[in-house]
Amino acid sequence: MKQDYLVLKNLVKIFGSGKDTVIAVDKVNLEVKEGELVTLLGPSGCGKTTALRMISGFELPTSGKIFIDGEEVTTTPPNQRPTTMVFQNYALFPHMTVYQNIAYGLKIHREKEKNIRERTETIINLVGLKGLNDRSPAQLSGGQQQRVSLARSLIMEPKVLLLDEPLSNLDAKMRVSTRLEIRKIQQRVGITSVYVTHDQEEAMTLSDRVVIMNAGKIQQIGTPQEIYAHPVNYFVADFIGKANFLEGRVANILSLEEIEVDIKGVKYKVYISKNTFSEGDRILLIIRPESVELEPKKSGAINGIISQVIYLGSRMVYEIEIDKNFLTVEITNPQEHKIYSIGEEVSVILKEKSLHVIPYEEIKK
Amino acid sequence: MNSSKRKIQEITGNLRLIWKEPLLFVSILAIFYCLIVFVVFPIFQVFKTSLIIDRQLNFSNYSAIFSKRYYYQPFFNSMLLGIYTATIGTIIGFIFAYALTRTPMPFKNFFRITATFPIISPPFVVALSAILLFGRAGSLNPFITKIIGDYTIYGLGGLILVETIAYAPTAFLVLYGILQAIDPSLEEASMDLGASRVKVFSTITLPLSTPGIASAWLLVFIQSLADFGNPMVISGNYRVLSVQAYLQITGMYDLSRGSTLAILLFIPTIVAFFLQKYWVSRKSYVTVTGKPTGATIKQLEWYIKLPVYTCCIIFTGIVFLFYGTIVHGSFQTLWGVNPTLTLKHYVEMYQVGKDYLIDSLVLSAVATPIAGIIGIFISFLVIRKKFIGRGVMEFISILTFAVPGTVVGIGYILAFNQKTVLLPFIMTGTAWIIIILLVFRNMPVGIRAGIAALQQIDPSIEEASTDLGADSNTTFRRITLPMIAPAFFSGLAYNFVKAMTCISAVIFVVSGKWNLITVAILGFVDNSRYAQAAAMCNLLIVIVLIALGIIQLIVNRIGKGVRTVDIIG
Repeated sequence: MKQDYLVLKNLVKIFGSGKDTVIAVDKVNLEVKEGELVTLLGPSGCGKTTALRMISGFELPTSGKIFIDGEEVTTTPPNQRPTTMVFQNYALFPHMTVYQNIAYGLKIHREKEKNIRERTETIINLVGLKGLNDRSPAQLSGGQQQRVSLARSLIMEPKVLLLDEPLSNLDAKMRVSTRLEIRKIQQRVGITSVYVTHDQEEAMTLSDRVVIMNAGKIQQIGTPQEIYAHPVNYFVADFIGKANFLEGRVANILSLEEIEVDIKGVKYKVYISKNTFSEGDRILLIIRPESVELEPKKSGAINGIISQVIYLGSRMVYEIEIDKNFLTVEITNPQEHKIYSIGEEVSVILKEKSLHVIPYEEIKK
Repeated sequence: MNSSKRKIQEITGNLRLIWKEPLLFVSILAIFYCLIVFVVFPIFQVFKTSLIIDRQLNFSNYSAIFSKRYYYQPFFNSMLLGIYTATIGTIIGFIFAYALTRTPMPFKNFFRITATFPIISPPFVVALSAILLFGRAGSLNPFITKIIGDYTIYGLGGLILVETIAYAPTAFLVLYGILQAIDPSLEEASMDLGASRVKVFSTITLPLSTPGIASAWLLVFIQSLADFGNPMVISGNYRVLSVQAYLQITGMYDLSRGSTLAILLFIPTIVAFFLQKYWVSRKSYVTVTGKPTGATIKQLEWYIKLPVYTCCIIFTGIVFLFYGTIVHGSFQTLWGVNPTLTLKHYVEMYQVGKDYLIDSLVLSAVATPIAGIIGIFISFLVIRKKFIGRGVMEFISILTFAVPGTVVGIGYILAFNQKTVLLPFIMTGTAWIIIILLVFRNMPVGIRAGIAALQQIDPSIEEASTDLGADSNTTFRRITLPMIAPAFFSGLAYNFVKAMTCISAVIFVVSGKWNLITVAILGFVDNSRYAQAAAMCNLLIVIVLIALGIIQLIVNRIGKGVRTVDIIG
């Protein structure tokens, strides 16, 4: 398996000129392994779609280079690139049938008629569209249109498959089942894929690795677990899942991998991957709502007042006010725990294994 | 059985609803009366006059026409002219639309405005300019003669040239809408799958725009058939139906022959119109896919840019050349002989044409608001209300889009020169016949504007008003009208433009007492006083531009972001 099958090197895209200049993609570096599915995840306007369009060839980078399987394709026109794209709105040709849509690429490449028929039938079976050959796109459901679009791209056996928010036009239920199916097909075919989405759940369930982008820059690259458990900055922690942020300072450097932090007079030991901190540094302590426990008020802990209680059956969500800041706490299986009510004073217990520290940043609310 | 019973119930239900809103009921009746008297009746009269001789059904007019070359030639001439104009005009319109929607051509706004300018200009300006440029004393005459030898601008060639310039903009507007609506991601998908630029065009863009191309072709064909001003000026010995019908009636006083020629003009036009309306537009693929992404292909090879840009530049250059010539010509002492600049043509034009100008302004100013209000009201009834005869009302109003002006004009003389049961006055020779003709001739613009605006407004907004206790009239006045006001005013603007520039129908109903500026221009041209004609054209264009400017200001103040009305057809 090749480690650097798709390589983006210092990719920059600037739109407009003068006053209206927008840096859509800012020095993006990425290496995608053969057979890997990588997701570009970020809020709208973060540059993920622009990045994808540069890989497909519809946008030319302002600077930087793109390599696929060792070959530079930075300025290769889209019709000569070994990539195919699944469009957000599917872009099915309305004047062609399902079969004609799927066979289109092979026809363009002047494959033999017999060859086209065999490969089209195979791919139609693979995506589960058997029997719909002669329908027009307008006669298909959203999910079926999506599969035609996928089949039309897969049949070309591209070196890299690009997917531009392919599930955003489906309803919530279809989205879940279709994304599992896309993942299965992708793994069965073993095709290198770049997937753009703004839906973090989609990114977490689908991807081998996730690339978090914001304002044109890559914030973090990692497996879904890494991104969730060890976000590198405030943006990533806040964007992925729910997170509580507590301000504090570094109290002690215990070792290369462990520091002690001081949060409102209470000290916690935190594991870190690499030590870039020194004593006295301001930090943000990140703790997920499910890693906090509540106890009746006691000394030597962080104390607060319950300001909101939401009962969700399998979970209980509390909001606790601590010095005008709010901390969200999720208690799973609430039957096993004491139930608190609004106005009660409590101590919050932070589980040390789940703590994570990042350098201090202004918290935006 | 059951279904017919349900139908009866539905009808009685509707009747009861109408009964509860007497004002609505009365206005529906009034509109029907107007449509029947001023739209259907005149056309019916043309048919009747061509078919009935001495109170008996008689096809001799038609057999005469098909047996004498003198009579049937105009039919084939008109068709041939229509086919040429439609084909060339559609090609130019398509290239323009392609350039503006699919290429990074600079100065797009400039090209778009220039390309649509001929739509608002008086119809025979282009023909007049062609005479100044290529006529016997034309400034380009010696040059062209050197290249192709002896030629004459009067005839089929000249007609194709001027009608293409005049009507290619229509094709452009239709195709611009179509190409804009084709999702660019379809073309990207095709390219992504390996298609070259040429393949993308031949397998995706062209097939998807085929219905639009057919539409554009038919609309230009209709306009060319119905054109009166250009052939009147430049057709020479090439006889076309609209002009021949006019000459039969005003020159030979042969009403039945004239009517028969008008019917020959009416039938192909109406066939082409309904083909366009009901068959071609049904085949459109354009709305099938989801929301457009707005992204367009940006890199383009030179071998596509070069011919496309060249075509756009040449056409724009020709438009400038033709309109520039009108301006230039109006200031020259004697065209082709004495190029000293002078204002005397303007003075002469004003002395002779002052009354025409005032008549035109007064009559248009009266007719425009009436046409606007009736148009918007009909569109409201047709789109929003259920009543018996709604289908008929829709059909008649659609009919007014398509009927050639010549047919309407002849119909008006036949219908209103005597008292009838429907209308117990003689209108011929009065200002009213002109005003009413302008109203019902230009009403389609208001209807179009209204329909386009109403379709954008969610009916539930009006239902909410009714739900809160307002009746139909209050709802229309307080809710609907304010929301469609911008469309109404831009509709008014084009109404006024059309009223000021129309010729084909009104030329039959003008009188010594009430006359129009376009007729005056035609008079100048007839007497070969081209400079005065050019001066008057300029005046007319300036008036039209001022009117458009004023309305644009009003529209900008009332509502922003509301689509302006398309003025095709």
